Amino acid sequence: MGGVSAHASPPRDPGLQPERTRLAWRRTTLTWTVAAVLGARAALHDGASAVDVVACALCLLLWLGFLAVGHRRMTALTTGRPPAIGPRTATAAALCTAALAVCAVAMIL
Amino acid sequence: MSTFVQSLRLWFAPERIRQEGDTPDYRFSLANERTFLAWLRTALALIGGGFAVDQFLPDLRWGVRVGLALALLGAGVLCSLRAVNHWVRCERAMRRGEDLPASRFPALLGVVVAVVALAMVVIVVFGWEG
Repeated sequence: MGGVSAHASPPRDPGLQPERTRLAWRRTTLTWTVAAVLGARAALHDGASAVDVVACALCLLLWLGFLAVGHRRMTALTTGRPPAIGPRTATAAALCTAALAVCAVAMIL
Repeated sequence: MSTFVQSLRLWFAPERIRQEGDTPDYRFSLANERTFLAWLRTALALIGGGFAVDQFLPDLRWGVRVGLALALLGAGVLCSLRAVNHWVRCERAMRRGEDLPASRFPALLGVVVAVVALAMVVIVVFGWEG
């Protein structure tokens, strides 16, 4: 049994680069969660208008979108020599973040 | 400006960036990815700061509060877009074996954060209530 699992596990980078990158994704999704909670609080605090509710729903959708992007990338990082992140993944992650700020502007104004 | 448009095309086209130069050591690409994520976290912190200014400083005059919040949110947008642009440029430079791109953005962001912090100090000390 031990032999089988040793055979199945990929060769490990002594610098633990894939693990460090996976943890960086984890930190980023956690930071995203904090920002999304602050956004939801902003929308639902004082008598939410229709714009606030829509912006809050968008915040939560963007949060789910970022979690999905992060989850896919973290799964890809479990191999020993993961491929570089694709431009589409990076762009999707950054655009989700920029869109959160746009939602925030809609809520504040 | 044309270099910006070029890298803007690369944002969405994985096959184009893979055509350039040689694939670098995967560890360098992962380090570039972590830098990108660190910039995204910086952007998220600025956005969270914008939310926080709007929610937790209700005693400020409306104009000051909204102005500060919008400044932080605008910095967050710039920071996240710049994160992916810088990532593409670094990835391309590594593939071509060139020097990594130099950038004024960290200094600019530092100055903006310092100005916002000074504004907050002035507001707290002199108590500009609405």
